[in-house]
Amino acid sequence: MAANKSGIAPLTVTNMTVAYQKKPVVRNVSFEVTEGELIGIIGPNGAGKSTLIKAILGLQPSLSGETLVYGKPYKTQRKLVGYVPQRESVDWDFPTNALDVVMMGRYGQLGLFRRPGAKEKAIGMECLAKVGMADFAGRQISQLSGGQQQRVFLARALAQDATLYFMDEPFAGVDAATEKAIIQLLNELKRQGKTVLVVHHDLATVEQYFDSVMLLNGELVAYGPTSSTFTEEMLQKAYGGRLTFLKSHANAEDEPVLIAGRG
Amino acid sequence: MLNLITDPNLQWILLGSMLLGISTGVVGTFAYLRKQSLIGDTLAHAALPGICIAFMLTEVKSVGLFMIGAIVAGMIATVGISWITRYSRIKQDAAMGIVLSVFFGLGIVLLTQIQHSSYGNQSGLDKFLFGQAASMTAKDVYTMTSVAVVLIVVCALLFKEFKLISFDPGYARGLGFSVATLEQLLLWLVTIAVVVGIQAVGVVLVAALLITPAVSARYWTDRLGVMTVLSGLFGALSGAIGTWVSAGTAQLPTGPLSVLTATAVFVASVLFGPQRGVIAKLVRRRTAKRDWAAENAKQSGAGVGASAKERGVSA
Repeated sequence: MAANKSGIAPLTVTNMTVAYQKKPVVRNVSFEVTEGELIGIIGPNGAGKSTLIKAILGLQPSLSGETLVYGKPYKTQRKLVGYVPQRESVDWDFPTNALDVVMMGRYGQLGLFRRPGAKEKAIGMECLAKVGMADFAGRQISQLSGGQQQRVFLARALAQDATLYFMDEPFAGVDAATEKAIIQLLNELKRQGKTVLVVHHDLATVEQYFDSVMLLNGELVAYGPTSSTFTEEMLQKAYGGRLTFLKSHANAEDEPVLIAGRG
Repeated sequence: MLNLITDPNLQWILLGSMLLGISTGVVGTFAYLRKQSLIGDTLAHAALPGICIAFMLTEVKSVGLFMIGAIVAGMIATVGISWITRYSRIKQDAAMGIVLSVFFGLGIVLLTQIQHSSYGNQSGLDKFLFGQAASMTAKDVYTMTSVAVVLIVVCALLFKEFKLISFDPGYARGLGFSVATLEQLLLWLVTIAVVVGIQAVGVVLVAALLITPAVSARYWTDRLGVMTVLSGLFGALSGAIGTWVSAGTAQLPTGPLSVLTATAVFVASVLFGPQRGVIAKLVRRRTAKRDWAAENAKQSGAGVGASAKERGVSA
């Protein structure tokens, strides 16, 4: 599907503020994303990364804030938006198989009452194949490994054929093979002109994976191209000195290399 | 026992019990998967004030009016549960507990009021509350038939939606489905099934008819469609066997016997379920153990010295 090159930003968020109790966890976050980019949302634990995504998607009530998707309110543009929740958000002992979960991605397009048929099955299989899970289509979902479950969730989002994606820690607790499969998929989505926002924890891979980064710590610390935003100074600001930096010896350019973020 | 086939009265009871079993079995599947196993209990107890108010307002002992009162009370209770879980930090199970006790408390107060007032004897009320399948008439069976048809048709039409909100409600909302409406609709279907069930098996036991067939069905399949159908069948089977046993022995009540049958089906499912059953698990474990022992024996036979050395190192 060709991307909509209208020049309108796929996502504009203004003054998003969210509170669970009295004190806001996310305050006054405003940003606009560029079409066709992979964007990493980075920040320490409790920085409100998942909360921000949930508030944008209307899954968490916000105190203030507006979300525009391609210039229109999110509520009217839902079909353009795909969401990959954290794996732990569902009970994997549900009586269903991998293909069936992937086909759920088509339910929005099907609408009320209509049942998934051969066409949905074909799309589901295609999406499973894209995440390297075609052989597991009929497998009961509780018998999939954590990484495989994550890939099933990704395939479900693919089946939705959205243009703007939100992924909540897709790399959490997966092995190298799954991580590689996910990143291939992200790049494939990018090639198709889609925009993907990813909540991410591993600082070591940020520069390699993302075009832009958003540093979050309750407030928006910085947002922009990875090369100019993902700097030691900005990271110190976001993580508040809870980071360990090591000067790389192998790297001639003497760039800081992160070994651990103790968020 | 023969009179089951010939006695028209018993035929009605048999049909009614089976229809009830199908209804509670089908909607119970979703209640169970949505981790609302307590919902049957809550709604059954919440029905009490509804029944009392219906009686106080009309002063007529009519099953139809009782059912309307019970359904209205149940619907209010479900709205209360949804409201508490949505706007407070109280979890669903605690919310159900709160609603159950508040409604039942109110119901007991009203029931006592009725007993001590000039409304006359309320014997019709407690028959309704504790259930009496044997008093089922043709008219009740018609009601049950229409209820069963409505429940099954709605569950079939909205199968995909109910599956989605049971598995991943957050994602369903993201897709643009009105999750709150669907959840409420599902709760109302459960309410109707429970209220119809109260009449046959009573306030306390109706919860069993909602959950037991669903839990049993889960042991036999990994597919939601099959599970829903099986749960309905188990419910119907329990109703049928309950009626049959009750007809054969003079004094035993039909409703409780249906519940006991459902429990027997559950025990059989736990034991004999093909994948998740206790016996299947034991057999699988034993086979795995034997295979592993055989493999080990082969290996140690091939290289006794090497493995002994390894063991020495690792120890």
